[in-house]
Amino acid sequence: MEYQSFLIKYAEIGVKGKNRYLFEDALVQQMRIALKKCSGAFTVHRTSGRIFVEAKGACDTEEVVNALQHVFGIVGVCPMAERPIEPYPELEKDVVAFFGEEYPDRHRTFKVHCRRQDKTYPMNSQEIDEALGGALLDAYPELKVDVHHPDVMVTVEIREKIYIYTHILPGPGGLPVGSAGKAMLLLSGGIDSPVAGWMMAKRGLKLDAVYFNAPPYTSERALQKVEDLAAEVAAYTGPIWLHNINFTEIQLAIYDKCPHDELTIIMRRFMMRIAEKIARGTACGALITGESLGQVASQTMRSLECTNAVCTLPVFRPLIGFDKEDIVTVSKKIGTYDTSILPYEDCCTIFVAKHPVTKPILDVIERHEHHLDDIIGEMVDKALETDEIIIVDAEGKRVLKHREDPLTGGM
Amino acid sequence: MPVSKEVYLDNSATTRVFPEVVRLMDKIYLEEYGNPSSMHHKGVEAENEIRRAKETLAGILKCQPKNLYFTSCGSESDNIAILGGALANCRQGRHLVTTRIEHPAVLESMKYLESQGFTVTYLPVDANGHVSAEQVRDAVREDTILVSIMFTNNEIGAVEPVADIGAAIKEKNPRTLFHVDAVQAFGKEEILPGRMHIDFLAASGHKIHAPKGVGLLYVADGVKVRNLIFGGGQQNGLRSGTENVAGIAGMALAAQMLYGNLAAEREQLFAMKEHFILRMRELENVRFNGIPALSAPGEANTSPQESAAVPAEELSASIRTTAPQVLSLTVPGVRAEVLLHALEDRNIYVSSGSACSSNRPHLSETLKAIGVHGDELDSTIRLSTSVMNTMEDMDAAADALLSIVPMLRRYTRQ
Repeated sequence: MEYQSFLIKYAEIGVKGKNRYLFEDALVQQMRIALKKCSGAFTVHRTSGRIFVEAKGACDTEEVVNALQHVFGIVGVCPMAERPIEPYPELEKDVVAFFGEEYPDRHRTFKVHCRRQDKTYPMNSQEIDEALGGALLDAYPELKVDVHHPDVMVTVEIREKIYIYTHILPGPGGLPVGSAGKAMLLLSGGIDSPVAGWMMAKRGLKLDAVYFNAPPYTSERALQKVEDLAAEVAAYTGPIWLHNINFTEIQLAIYDKCPHDELTIIMRRFMMRIAEKIARGTACGALITGESLGQVASQTMRSLECTNAVCTLPVFRPLIGFDKEDIVTVSKKIGTYDTSILPYEDCCTIFVAKHPVTKPILDVIERHEHHLDDIIGEMVDKALETDEIIIVDAEGKRVLKHREDPLTGGM
Repeated sequence: MPVSKEVYLDNSATTRVFPEVVRLMDKIYLEEYGNPSSMHHKGVEAENEIRRAKETLAGILKCQPKNLYFTSCGSESDNIAILGGALANCRQGRHLVTTRIEHPAVLESMKYLESQGFTVTYLPVDANGHVSAEQVRDAVREDTILVSIMFTNNEIGAVEPVADIGAAIKEKNPRTLFHVDAVQAFGKEEILPGRMHIDFLAASGHKIHAPKGVGLLYVADGVKVRNLIFGGGQQNGLRSGTENVAGIAGMALAAQMLYGNLAAEREQLFAMKEHFILRMRELENVRFNGIPALSAPGEANTSPQESAAVPAEELSASIRTTAPQVLSLTVPGVRAEVLLHALEDRNIYVSSGSACSSNRPHLSETLKAIGVHGDELDSTIRLSTSVMNTMEDMDAAADALLSIVPMLRRYTRQ
């Protein structure tokens, strides 16, 4: 069955107060962006508590539904039949025909639910429910009515047109991207960070991302992998600005001057500092990491205290209470898992000590970090200068600022 | 920093196509684009290109054009020879012989046959990657249907005594077929299948400055082989599918160009290899794999410092018993992948011995087989040259290694 129009259901936005329109506008905007990728032209319009998508001419239903199912804020997409305001006998014929096409197997229970916003229509909702219910039973004797738990809810909405639908296809839920502002995701290439980004985007954040690259210890393919992950997340969030930072020099300096079992913690502290600097420069209001309590040495409570101490922006860690298995489940659901498990080394693992500290003491870490004092400021500035911005979209990528320095300059 | 000249030292992975080859292929793509099976003039034109290519290649291998088949790559040629050879001759026996250091195209085909009830003997190699004719003779049995030995090893550049092995096989069991994977050797070595008792020989276009997507298979007269691809019956039914006319013509031209001047080219490659090895004397604790003179008895390899003790003529002669184009270098204390990327940053392209850019690279069976062990398996890079390289390229690579390696050795995983 080919559909021409779709009713969009959204839940949480409905309970917002006076700023509700902000969320609705954001949702409409995100839907328009999503529909741009579909073939055909569409109008998206908002009327009291409903958003409608209408195709001008032919469209690929599956493609449209899939695109809308990637828009945060939508809880349901209902493909509809659309009729002009027509007298009841015609409406009855249309509803019976529509039901017949939608459900070739009619051994089901059903209920008709009419909403009549256009009060000029000669019958009221109750009357229409009853009349249509009777007509459907006459046409398809296998059907049974169940007004409490119907298998099929036949909805008829009478507005400026009549809309008929029987299916509600689930959307991702959440809040429209951008309605909560923008945050900076620390994207590593593992399983966790793309999931963390996805979860926060679902709560309405627009995402930027930062990746720490350590050539020659990490390969070009590791960067490609991170770009691919960003693209997969971007299918939900729209374009992501990925900041690619060369971290080699800082890492080597830490290796030279600090105890090896604290290397990861100190390295992460610098990553957080750099990420925060970029975040502040790009209007991001928070950092997002994929940390999960106790997963590895650098994600114990004490380690998090040490990494958290260097930044003042809030750090969102949506996976903090997740088990690895739960994270993997989400990762598979959103389609980042297969890319995440590609085996390229990232900069977190290249110099990792055999027995890193699991209960670091902030004072001690800070004292050891002072060994870097005379060089690190300049190194951080230099790392920030290497910032290469790659705009990643589900369809491709574009490099905004090329890095011209050789990757190992200064080695 | 000015962008330095590109130094491509990964020619055993693939090569840059000769401009002459590109021009010839361009002409075929644009003008002689017919299907060689077509009845009309365009078809005849294309067929003639294939005929000419076969004649050229037959001239090089000193065989008949009818012994030659074109495939899509070296791997396909290996597969047809091993699987097709085994299937067609399985009534005679179900035993095959090969070495531990073959290319995966051979080893995986063997594994498949094992899963189908065949038995395979995998011969060990010595510290320089050599398998001897005696070893092969001892392994061949009454029911051995096929022996597969590579001409030149792709990782360490060992050149196997193919002619001796061929003679030994036929002496022990004249019905045993002999397959030679010559993908790395074709274009670098004189290969005479007839004189070397070879029944199947595989070669590839893109290793000899022709494009990817074309391979060659030699099948000796009277050898039974089953086809693996079913279709329109092209190439006597052994390899159905419309021929890659331009690729075939390109491969023949590239081979002709290389074999027209083989002795001088080999000398050029050997001189580059020798020069590089001598330059590496400045670097502490590095080793070359597969060079007999640098290998103490029972030892896999020796550092070049010790090689200083080896008389120059002896070293030079020893290098000339190996493949001219392949250099395997172990740099203890540095991970091959890191070294590869550091060289890449200077516009120098090599490959890591393990040829797998992963977290846990599956370590090279060849290096294991010659006795490299532990972390050193993951610290081995391969430089492979071609006639397009120069002495300056070797110096650039040596200079880069001399400056990068000490730096990288400072930072190692604890």
